[in-house]
Amino acid sequence: MGSSSSSRNKIPNAQELMRQTGFSSAHLLRLHDRFESLDRDNRGYLSPDDFEALGGLAMNPIGGRIIEAFFSSGQDTVDFSSFVRILAHFRPTDRNRNKEGTQQELPSSRTRKLKFAFQLYDLDRDGKISREELLQVLRAMLGLQVTEEQLQSIAERAIQEADLDKDDAISFDEFKKSLEKMDIDTKMSVSFLK
Amino acid sequence: MAASWGFTLFLCVLLMVCRGLSLAGEDPDQTLSSSGQVKALNPEIDNALSSNHGTTGEGGHAVEPITTLPIVSWKWHHVTTPYLVALWILVSWLCKLVIEANHHVTSVIPESALLICFGFILGGMIWAADKVQTFRLTPTVFFFYLLPQVILDAGYHMPNKLFFTNLGGILVHAVIGTCWNAASLGLSLWGCQMGGAMGDLDIGLLQYLLFGSLMAAVDPVAVIAVFEQVHVNDVLFIMVFGESLLNDGVTVVLFNVFDAFVSLGGPKIDAAEIIKGIVSFFVVAFGGSLVGLVFGLLISLLTRCTKNIQIIEPGFIFVLGYLSYLTAEMLSLSAILSIVFCGMCCQKYINANMDENSVQTVRYAMKAFANGSETIIFVFLGISAIDKVIWVWNTGFILLTLLFVLVYRFIGVFFLTWILNRYRLVPLEFVDQVIMSYGGLRGAVAYGLAVMLDENKIKEKNLMVCTTLIVVYFTVILQGITMKPLVMWLKVKRAAVTEVSLLEKLTNKMFNHTLVAIEDISGQIGHNYMRSKWKYFEENWMSWILMKPSARKKQDQVFDVFHQLNLKDAMEYVTEGERRGSLEFVRNENSIIDFKKKSESESFDINNANMSNDHGAMSTTSRDPIPSVSLEMHEQIMKAVREAEAINAHHLLDQHLYKSRKQHRHRFSRSHFDINRDEKEVQEIFQRTMRNRLKSFTSAKMGVKPPKTIVKHTQKEQQQKMPNGKSMDKAKTSYSGDEGLISFVHPAGIENPAFMPDLDPMDLLQIPPWLGESELDSSMVALSHRAQVDLPRTPSNLRRLAPLRISTRSTDSFTLENIPDTQQMDSDQLQPPPPPPRPPRDDGYV
Repeated sequence: MGSSSSSRNKIPNAQELMRQTGFSSAHLLRLHDRFESLDRDNRGYLSPDDFEALGGLAMNPIGGRIIEAFFSSGQDTVDFSSFVRILAHFRPTDRNRNKEGTQQELPSSRTRKLKFAFQLYDLDRDGKISREELLQVLRAMLGLQVTEEQLQSIAERAIQEADLDKDDAISFDEFKKSLEKMDIDTKMSVSFLK
Repeated sequence: MAASWGFTLFLCVLLMVCRGLSLAGEDPDQTLSSSGQVKALNPEIDNALSSNHGTTGEGGHAVEPITTLPIVSWKWHHVTTPYLVALWILVSWLCKLVIEANHHVTSVIPESALLICFGFILGGMIWAADKVQTFRLTPTVFFFYLLPQVILDAGYHMPNKLFFTNLGGILVHAVIGTCWNAASLGLSLWGCQMGGAMGDLDIGLLQYLLFGSLMAAVDPVAVIAVFEQVHVNDVLFIMVFGESLLNDGVTVVLFNVFDAFVSLGGPKIDAAEIIKGIVSFFVVAFGGSLVGLVFGLLISLLTRCTKNIQIIEPGFIFVLGYLSYLTAEMLSLSAILSIVFCGMCCQKYINANMDENSVQTVRYAMKAFANGSETIIFVFLGISAIDKVIWVWNTGFILLTLLFVLVYRFIGVFFLTWILNRYRLVPLEFVDQVIMSYGGLRGAVAYGLAVMLDENKIKEKNLMVCTTLIVVYFTVILQGITMKPLVMWLKVKRAAVTEVSLLEKLTNKMFNHTLVAIEDISGQIGHNYMRSKWKYFEENWMSWILMKPSARKKQDQVFDVFHQLNLKDAMEYVTEGERRGSLEFVRNENSIIDFKKKSESESFDINNANMSNDHGAMSTTSRDPIPSVSLEMHEQIMKAVREAEAINAHHLLDQHLYKSRKQHRHRFSRSHFDINRDEKEVQEIFQRTMRNRLKSFTSAKMGVKPPKTIVKHTQKEQQQKMPNGKSMDKAKTSYSGDEGLISFVHPAGIENPAFMPDLDPMDLLQIPPWLGESELDSSMVALSHRAQVDLPRTPSNLRRLAPLRISTRSTDSFTLENIPDTQQMDSDQLQPPPPPPRPPRDDGYV
């Protein structure tokens, strides 16, 4: 830990971040290294181009959306602490910490995970998934095998399923409700290396 | 309860009959000799396998000179083997029937335990009659005829994703856990014997280890039987189940190695032998899996080209699966692993390649075989117990074995899970571990192996068999019974009964992509990354080679769920219709128009790129809009339908009369589902068609041009009065639709629908248009929907579509056009297709 504590000083307000995200210091260090390697020009922040340079992400059908999720607040840069905060959504849920009833909800909680997923759908950020938005996701993910017409009816059907208040769109509550039985914890977690 | 006793009595009688038969048939001296030496083999298999034994009986029978021509002769020997086999299968299944009839019992005691108890009863009856156990579960029967089916079923229905996600954990438990069980049990028993806890036994260390290795493996059959009734969560289930399947490789190797060691004797075992043993483990396990993979790929390839022999195509899976088992056995590799991987590997591709009916057949047949042989296995496990010869009691040995089996299982599971949990994303909880340990059921595999022991080398073989049986009974019956209460008591997370939902599936898929992206961003090569790479490889290479091109297009989970939901809707739709007394409303055109309106408004803005799709894709597309006609949308329509129904009664009756006729025709064909067109029939159709055509021709000639919108009533009445009402409507529609076309369309409108009354009822009644999208000619029926929807916007397609539409007898389009509402729509937007190709097709048909 001796060497890592010295390099931890490089990370701005590491303690604060660890508390907010639940990452351990080893995680943070690793992510910081990663952040620096992504930040090729050593500017201290990442721009969408940095993400797009990743080969795998370019191939990912919803890669663009995920990049957008990192730049949520309208700016086109992301610094390390925001970077980590976004990634923290994908930590496995901490059972023990939740039981303690901690002062604030960690990003890895079920609701926060769902919120993140919801935002991937909700492009215009009006708090609702409209049919058009759903259709765009479908188009991105189903590829060419499925015809536009099928996409239309799938989107229609999916909205019908989840739409409880009949406003032809899915609100976050409806979204949460319809995924109630899903094991979000397993399906939206990555084991971060230390 | 009275019923079940009655049944038991019946079984008893059956058994007596069967025994009586066998006694009556056998020569007295032969009966004596066979009962004297107490055959370990089942008589049926005995006869089947060792031919010389069977022929003595038959030979003796046949030699008798014939003095006169016998009218009827008693030929028991002739049929003994198959007869007994069939009879035993019947008896076992009847047991299951009795058990399943008593739900209050099966909810407490698992079926497998009850079957074993039935086996006790049956065995008791046989023993009481014969004074010797004539029937027994023999290793040959078990390993060659009963086990493969259960395992193939398990492999074929394996949830692949779940399995591979947890593969690491499963392997650790299956390999290390099993070795641990074997070693600890063997060593502890040996230690106890050294300590003098078991009296005087002639068992050496190696023999203890051999015994430990056969007791070590958790039995897949028992696990499936118990866990199927206790719905624990997926992860827990796959851990126990996967372990029970995969540890076979280990068991086989351990058993063979120690068997060889026992033969070699202690002093000859050196390091080289031990290394050989370890090497053989890898060869056996991976070799077996490889054989399975090869056969799985073979099946997948084969089903690519079985389009023309759809009736027997499901058989290939069974035959090749069995062959993979036998091949692995022949190469002395792990047969269970082989058949598991065979099933797992081919499942995706054959489901895509084969016709949906065949897929259903495979599923049901697989379940039937597996369930059937599972039943037989348990019944015979019970029967085998009732035999004085194997019961060699040694309290110390038996009780200690039981204790060690349980305790070491717990220790092993907890220790291994403790290690695994440090690397698992979502750790296994404590209660899960308890259930995993408690679910370590031993079963028929252990018994089969115990019976295979060589009596010459192992003096205490019977003690071992007896102990194995007791452990099996203890785990299957006692642990089986207590499993459910334990699961309840510990509040183990149960499997959620989920209904498939599109949004869920979609989000799921999205999560997969997201996780890959996050791994990319955070710069680590993890589980998700590997999976996405594999998927990429699979989609681009495996599927390309192993899947039909047409099937490849439909490969999409979200779409698959959508398809399933559609099917469900359609079923509900039909059920609802039948509840209301008739399916007539299904054909009610209002509903179809509803969706039509909707899909049209929806799809106005789309480009018609999809039109360039081939026929297969079109058939899938065209069925899609229908489910958006969900039930609730139709409540108001239904009311109208009921009224219309009364008016339609006559018409309906007509249709049913036609239908019964057609169905008779169907029965003639064995290998094809098409209508059998023999000459008589063709003549009949021809005559009818001509008559109808004449009528319609005259009516058209008279120039009847009904008002543009008719009230439904009048229209129906009209339909009743004239068989060619449809043709008139058709003509009329085209008229209102496009003035310029009228001269062109008119003749067709008359000509084609002329035999509509014939075809229409059959198609509609037998295959509701959206129900049968995967079946036979339903795609054609559905086509017309597509045509309906797309025609207005793309006149250029119209020409291309027209022949298709016509060739499908376009029943739907006719019914559609029948109705006033449609007419309006049609006249607004839809031009009727130009029908030039009709006459030739007409000729072809007649």
